[in-house]
Amino acid sequence: MAEVLVLVEHSGADVKKVTGELLTLARQFGAPAAVWVGDGSSEGQSRLAEFGAAKVYVADGADFTGYATAPDAEVLAHLTGQVSPAAVLMASTGQNKEVAGRLAVKTNSGMLCDAVGLVSQDGKIVAEQSVFGGSTVVHSAVKTGTPIVTVRPNSVAAEPAPAAAELTSVDLTLPESARGARVTERVVQETGERPELAEAAIVVSGGRGVGSAEGFEIIEKLADSLGAAVGASRAVTDAGWYPHKFQVGQTGTTVSPQLYMAIGISGAIQHRAGMQTSKTIIAVNKDPEAPIFELADYGVVGDLFNVVPQLMEDIQKRSGN
Amino acid sequence: MNIVVCVKQVPDTWAERKLKPGDATLDRESVDGLINELDEYAIEEALQIKEKNDGSEVTVLTMGPEKASESIRKALSMGADKAVHLQDDALAGSDVLQTSYALAQVLGQIGFDLVVLGAESTDARMGSMAAMLAERLGVPQLSLASEVETDGSSISIHRQSEDGFWKVEGSLPAVISVVEKINEPRYPSFKGIMAAKKKPMQVMSCADAGIDTSLVGLANAATEVVDFAERPPREAGTIVKDEGDGGSNVAEFLVTQKFI
Ligand SMILES: Cc1cc2nc3c(=O)[nH]c(=O)nc-3n(C[C@H](O)[C@H](O)[C@H](O)COP(=O)(O)OP(=O)(O)OC[C@H]3O[C@@H](n4cnc5c(N)ncnc54)[C@H](O)[C@@H]3O)c2cc1C
Ligand SMILES: Nc1ncnc2c1ncn2[C@@H]1O[C@H](COP(=O)(O)O)[C@@H](O)[C@H]1O
Repeated sequence: MAEVLVLVEHSGADVKKVTGELLTLARQFGAPAAVWVGDGSSEGQSRLAEFGAAKVYVADGADFTGYATAPDAEVLAHLTGQVSPAAVLMASTGQNKEVAGRLAVKTNSGMLCDAVGLVSQDGKIVAEQSVFGGSTVVHSAVKTGTPIVTVRPNSVAAEPAPAAAELTSVDLTLPESARGARVTERVVQETGERPELAEAAIVVSGGRGVGSAEGFEIIEKLADSLGAAVGASRAVTDAGWYPHKFQVGQTGTTVSPQLYMAIGISGAIQHRAGMQTSKTIIAVNKDPEAPIFELADYGVVGDLFNVVPQLMEDIQKRSGN
Repeated sequence: MNIVVCVKQVPDTWAERKLKPGDATLDRESVDGLINELDEYAIEEALQIKEKNDGSEVTVLTMGPEKASESIRKALSMGADKAVHLQDDALAGSDVLQTSYALAQVLGQIGFDLVVLGAESTDARMGSMAAMLAERLGVPQLSLASEVETDGSSISIHRQSEDGFWKVEGSLPAVISVVEKINEPRYPSFKGIMAAKKKPMQVMSCADAGIDTSLVGLANAATEVVDFAERPPREAGTIVKDEGDGGSNVAEFLVTQKFI
């Protein structure tokens, strides 16, 4: 059975949830093999075993952490040449779409980005994509080379399927052309205890309607009462009320959670582009004409400073007994 | 410094965008086109880099049908010096792999010290063009930049990452892409709009750029659309007015949906 390469999403030894989802998806097309670029694989191995990785290819050391994007593509191209995988899957992140692009050029293969589902159809791997701000559903396939697909987090539920996750080191010297962009520092802005935005099952986002940086605290409190991640509109990140890494939308993070709550957000097209595939959407806005209500499964026209505190009180009451 | 900005004409995001039933390509004729929003930030950044580096020149490059010249005109009226328009029927329906090949061929022909792109377009949203061009051209890729610093030989950027940013360095020639946080694009002045009309614009065909037409266009694309459907409009939700119980209403909804 052909292998399906899955690029592991990790921060140090910590394997992200989406990797389990990708390994689950990979199983329908062949034997899932994880590809770990960077350090931490021996600690992270057990997570990969849990979700069915038969093998884990490891490329670690300074070469593979010191440059942006190109090393990942080199490793995947090298392995693609070696094992002729049925497909290469990775999480849809800004970084990985670039890795996918380089890999596509290196292997002359078709690539599909932002899949929200993957199925096997007439022997082809078919990706479901949601385009034009969610108004059209497209099914696409790769005609040339090895299918390279980036998949959005939360597209499927990760299902455990124990496997060996045998570590195999990748024997590759990074070519000069992959050393063009040196990473001299990685500045991480802490998320704290909350779940990660791209992966969270529930996202609570605040917009300009909160009025100020202090006003934004109510969004954090509501998020915490639901165990949710915090998101923000660009109006909020532009004003400096909340860091940019929490921006949801076209030029921020794309989220696809079970529940998305838009509080004091008007619903501009660029915002919608980043949250439109959420399963359930709730909106609170004092303007009945706000476009966000077109998307909402449930909406309240009212002042968020009245609605949200009452909501939190009710949540507390219900979880209290 | 020879700076080239790649711009793409896209359908207005507020207009209804559809795929054509016949070949599942974007119906570009029926909607108003405009320049991809992020490409205005790319032009602005190119102009700012030019202003800081004496003797620089900014060339706009677009690949697209005749209509795409609207985007070129916008770029020229913002202050770019000249334009190259790659326009050939053979290119219609090209996917991202083919587009990167075609653009790389042109860039190879016209030469560059720095190529500036938007991080992604509003229609394709691939976000991989800078990486693909860098790979094809064999030059450093410094992409997703929220800050750029260059003296004409070395370049450093802040690269937006999932959890913060990275400081990344390289040397020219290079390909960069920008995110919208980087600057505030200028509006074309009346003078700029008038001046744009006199600026040189070169139209190139595949043959001019040395593009092998058997590698581009819909029929030779590396990906295909199997089928597509317009999503039925989201079922109208329940919208209530807060009469003092709005919060409790939401809580009840959350209970019925089993979120709490
Ligand atoms: C190239 C480009 C990229 C962009 N990318 C993004 C992106 O990634 N993400 C993004 O979000 N935006 C993005 N934008 C910006 C986008 O166009 C909007 O400007 C932005 O989303 C608006 O944010 P907002 O909804 O918080 O603010 P506004 O549009 O000002 O809306 C605030 C809302 O809050 C409501 N409100 C006010 N007070 C209260 C109250 N007390 N109670 C309840 N409701 C209240 C108002 O009725 C209003 O509807 C981008 C724009 C461009 C040009
Ligand atoms: N047809 C094109 N002509 C010129 N530049 C393009 C074209 N397509 C994409 N680009 C550039 O690549 C960036 C990313 O586009 P995309 O890959 O479509 O998300 C855009 O912001 C442009 O700078």
